Amino acid sequence: MAHTSLTSLLDGLAKQDPRAIGRAISIVEDNGPEADAILLSLDRDLVKNTTVLGITGPPGAGKSTLTSQIISTCRSRGERVGIIAIDPTSPLSGGAILGDRIRMMRHSLDRDVIVRSMATRGRLGGLCGAAGAAVRIMAGAGCQRIIIETVGVGQSEMDIIRLADITALVMAPGLGDDIQAMKAGLLEVADLLVINKADMAGAETLFMDMEAVAHERADKSNRPIAVCRTVASEGKGVEELLAEIAALENQHRASGEHDRRRSRSYDLEVLDWAMEMMRPHILQKIQKDSGERWGDPKLQAANILKQMKVDHDKIS
Amino acid sequence: MSNTTYRVLIGKPGLDGHDRGAKFIARALRDNGFEVIYTGIRRSPEEIAAAAVQEDVAAVGLSSLSGAHIRLFPAVVECLRKAGAGDIPVIGGGVIPDEDITLLKEKGVEAIFTPGTPVDQIIAAFTAACSKHHETRNA
Ligand SMILES: Nc1nc2c(ncn2[C@@H]2O[C@H](COP(=O)(O)OP(=O)(O)O)[C@@H](O)[C@H]2O)c(=O)[nH]1
Ligand SMILES: [Mg+2]
Repeated sequence: MAHTSLTSLLDGLAKQDPRAIGRAISIVEDNGPEADAILLSLDRDLVKNTTVLGITGPPGAGKSTLTSQIISTCRSRGERVGIIAIDPTSPLSGGAILGDRIRMMRHSLDRDVIVRSMATRGRLGGLCGAAGAAVRIMAGAGCQRIIIETVGVGQSEMDIIRLADITALVMAPGLGDDIQAMKAGLLEVADLLVINKADMAGAETLFMDMEAVAHERADKSNRPIAVCRTVASEGKGVEELLAEIAALENQHRASGEHDRRRSRSYDLEVLDWAMEMMRPHILQKIQKDSGERWGDPKLQAANILKQMKVDHDKIS
Repeated sequence: MSNTTYRVLIGKPGLDGHDRGAKFIARALRDNGFEVIYTGIRRSPEEIAAAAVQEDVAAVGLSSLSGAHIRLFPAVVECLRKAGAGDIPVIGGGVIPDEDITLLKEKGVEAIFTPGTPVDQIIAAFTAACSKHHETRNA
């Protein structure tokens, strides 16, 4: 991209132009050369003051529907909202179908709602970096609230959710054993639990199960984490959920927890980028080795890292 | 280390609710490594254009079975232009007579596919459109 177009991109970003915001997110996601200039141009206070809500849970639980309702409520309060909806990349083709938008289309002509779909792209690293940068670009473009929706499976999604200031785990009756499988890990990171589809059979049993879990997860002052019931398709329970979220937010900002989480997530992004940058170099070393593929792979890895350090010391 | 995954949007403007064709193309594109933003049925041209801009796609694919393509496809082209995204190519598909195809192309639709077109040919058209778009935007 020529210098003039970078200038006009930054100009557009400052003016909150939708095209510029969209381009900027792609550039950081694709790790383009202008990424640093874009991120450096953002207003620091806007980024600091935004609130990032993570919504996670099994496919079909109603995350996108709930997100759309939360958008409506935020908009009625005059807030500008950004949404990053993450779906998994197909490991076979590297492609993805990103369909979360379907449930949010009623906001599609609202210029104060920015929805961005993102695929995990099967990267070990980089996803946190890309999503983190998208959060900052949206915040810099004036979004006071940002929602990250992600399916709660796999380590990379778990890491992503750490980018959020507050994370809600959404569950619903009738989704089978999926919930059992993901419960353990996700419950650890969730700040509150949402039983969606409270209109459906089985919701009450699920609610009671989760109440029990919430008590196990009591905070330092012995308060169990909140369990909310919603019917996202009808907008029921959304105000109450947002009130719980607001209470947690205030508490976290007052106690310093908010800042602690922000620095932790910053560190995570740095780690993510470092891994991403290092990966090709390590891979090259591994592939260049002509020795027999035998012996302890861990030892081999340690040797490669040692070798990289020797090479590095030689050049610097 | 920059990446060249193509992002495309598949949408269905108009009132008919048949999205078999749109979903088929969406899946075929995914299976060929595209990231496909699927917006579902009954979208207005304005909605499709706004989504294409936010998602920063390299191409928009439209499907129509209702005969309203003659109005709706050019409307999407026009909405993209108004949104400052006239550079995003629009590809259409559906039961579309030959004389309409000429007209639609005159109005800025990049390519049109009718039922029975081999899927490889459609994928190739999306690949070409996306690659051209990436080249010009990075120039
Ligand atoms: N009965 C009922 N259905 C719901 C509710 N919320 C969402 N749904 C439906 O559940 C399905 C999956 O919703 P979606 O938001 O896409 O789930 P996601 O995969 O978690 O994002 C859709 O058909 C929704 O209409 C609810 O509260 N009650
Ligand atoms: Mg969803």
